Amino acid sequence: MGSFVQRHPGWTVVLAVALAALLWAIIAPWSPGVEQVLGRKRIFLNAVFNGITLGALYFLVASGFTLIFGLMKNVNLAHGSLYLVGGYIGYEFAEATGQWLLAFVVVFIAVALMGIILQYIVFRRMEGEDLRQTLVTIGLSVVLADIMLWIWGGQSYQIQTPRWLSGPTTLPIVAGMRSNGEFVYLTYPLVRIAILVAAIALGVLMWVALNRTRIGMLIRAGVDDRDILAASGVRTQYVFIAVFAFGAGLAGVAGIVGGTFQSISPGEDVRFLLASLVVVIVGGMGSILGAALGALIIGLAEQLGSVYAPTYSVVFTFLIMAFVLAFRPQGLLGSRC
Amino acid sequence: MTIAESRGTPLETAPPRVSSDTFAWMQQVPAAYWIIGALLLLMPAMASGFVLYQILGWAFILGMIALSLMFLGGYGGMVSLVQMSVAALAGYMVAILGSSGMQAISLGWPWWLYIPVAIMIAALFATLAGALAVRTEGIYTIMITLAIATAFFYFTRQNYTIFNGYSGFASVVPPPLFGVDWRQPIPFYYLSLFCATAAYFAVVYVSRSPFGLALQGIRDNPRRMAALGFNVVAHRIAAYTFAGVIAAVAGILLVWQNAQISPGTAGIAAVIDILVIAIVGGLSRPIGPFIGALIYVVVRTFSPDILEGVGLPGERFKTLIGLVFLAVVFWSPDGVLGLWDRFRNRMRNRANPLLGSGGGT
Repeated sequence: MGSFVQRHPGWTVVLAVALAALLWAIIAPWSPGVEQVLGRKRIFLNAVFNGITLGALYFLVASGFTLIFGLMKNVNLAHGSLYLVGGYIGYEFAEATGQWLLAFVVVFIAVALMGIILQYIVFRRMEGEDLRQTLVTIGLSVVLADIMLWIWGGQSYQIQTPRWLSGPTTLPIVAGMRSNGEFVYLTYPLVRIAILVAAIALGVLMWVALNRTRIGMLIRAGVDDRDILAASGVRTQYVFIAVFAFGAGLAGVAGIVGGTFQSISPGEDVRFLLASLVVVIVGGMGSILGAALGALIIGLAEQLGSVYAPTYSVVFTFLIMAFVLAFRPQGLLGSRC
Repeated sequence: MTIAESRGTPLETAPPRVSSDTFAWMQQVPAAYWIIGALLLLMPAMASGFVLYQILGWAFILGMIALSLMFLGGYGGMVSLVQMSVAALAGYMVAILGSSGMQAISLGWPWWLYIPVAIMIAALFATLAGALAVRTEGIYTIMITLAIATAFFYFTRQNYTIFNGYSGFASVVPPPLFGVDWRQPIPFYYLSLFCATAAYFAVVYVSRSPFGLALQGIRDNPRRMAALGFNVVAHRIAAYTFAGVIAAVAGILLVWQNAQISPGTAGIAAVIDILVIAIVGGLSRPIGPFIGALIYVVVRTFSPDILEGVGLPGERFKTLIGLVFLAVVFWSPDGVLGLWDRFRNRMRNRANPLLGSGGGT
């Protein structure tokens, strides 16, 4: 961060001004003149918050993807299928027992087991042959998608929000003004706030685990140089399996989250595969912080785009990706390898 | 023969002197080409309309799209998943610029105008996608082209002003040129056969041209080619443009064959199908994609019978195709062509007492 400020003082000022303007737009009440140009503040705020929560969901999916890629150079194009499997299992479990929180644990373990099988059977056999890995995971995702369509059919499912998380909550942010000068505060679904908080907490935990623990040290060492790590006596295969299981489990858990505040249906696997691809391309391969930044940018772009330019919102996502690739091919926070 | 003389002769053994040049040229063509060519030309006399239109016509079209992928992947080392989107864009352009059931959007241009414009727009799109994709290498190319293809799919589905959203365009028919209805099985068969043959020989020709050789050099060692003074990025982007033209022609044929186009035409399933076709056929030679396409179309057409034969529901053809693909990737990464090459080598080595039937690859 400090080095960036030193190297690009101009860009830092531009970024700071943009950030301040965004913060002002969120916090300050809008005058009627501004509302005339930009539309109702409530709509803008809702789009921003939806974008941030969507970004949190994208972060859950993409952080596993980027971790797996960063450490093992495995391109797991079946990652979207793991998301969808997690969503379906979570739905079945929550429907059967009514335990929403427990579903997270069950799904994490189940999908992590799938990830272990995937790593053990597929990736371990073709280490370093990235094209073959890609092709095999594409084939797997085709087969898995069809089998899921077979089991769960074409309709969409929504996971019930538990009672203690349902309903709206009021945020201390001004959404508008009544005619008598009274402020109206923004109301927002509680479950989305909870998910946002959980995603941030998870991100912080992952950062701490990567930077302050022994296993995190092993993973970071593996990202930098696998061969030296193996040569210094670490059983890298165990580290690989653990990371793969964790990344897959995260994707599965994200399936429950997605199934709770959106819905799960066939085709969502591709959507989230695309999201994680774009997020890691924008944020930088193998970087957790990059995944968080990319997820936030893509989530915001998608939601703001769908409010202000409905038929072109995908184009925004795509343009951001093209822009990043054109000027910083390694991603915003990626390092040149 | 002195060295100076041998330098002048072409790589293939020089043909014996004959009175006419065309005859000499014909003698160089292998017998297999004559047999396959005659078989394909006489096919309408043997096969039914369904086989001509739904199986062979479709296989030629898919084969052409996969051929454009094979050109990029096999000669350029860039596995691009955007080819189906390029084809679909050309199809969309034919529907938008020409005539379709959507009178409100279609512009109704004459055929001699909209066909070249559609091909040019699709080639431009391919070039832009290529310009983005070549900024990265290896698997990153797959990821970025997959992202572009997915974005194209969602864009066509969301956009109603140009691409007419979910429903797309219906009743897009070829122009009744020379008084022929080109959607009849036999004319369409010859049309697609002509285009596929032209695309095949274009790829063969380009692969042996200086450009194609430079491209293969770049595939093998980009640094060295750059040091020799070749513009690596420009060659790669030009490869995308050339492949885009082939895919665009195939896309126009595809929209004429189905008489409709919708976002699903370039959906992720279709994008992956093209990859499956190219890989199953083999990326080493231009004939591979057509073999892969024929296998794909036959499996897809008869999958209900195959699946019900082993006691599975008939609509699970994607599982079947995915499993075939997985099997090929696991056991023969260079596709059916690789299997054929290994088989031929073994046959050849059997006669050789030193290598025997078991050894040698």
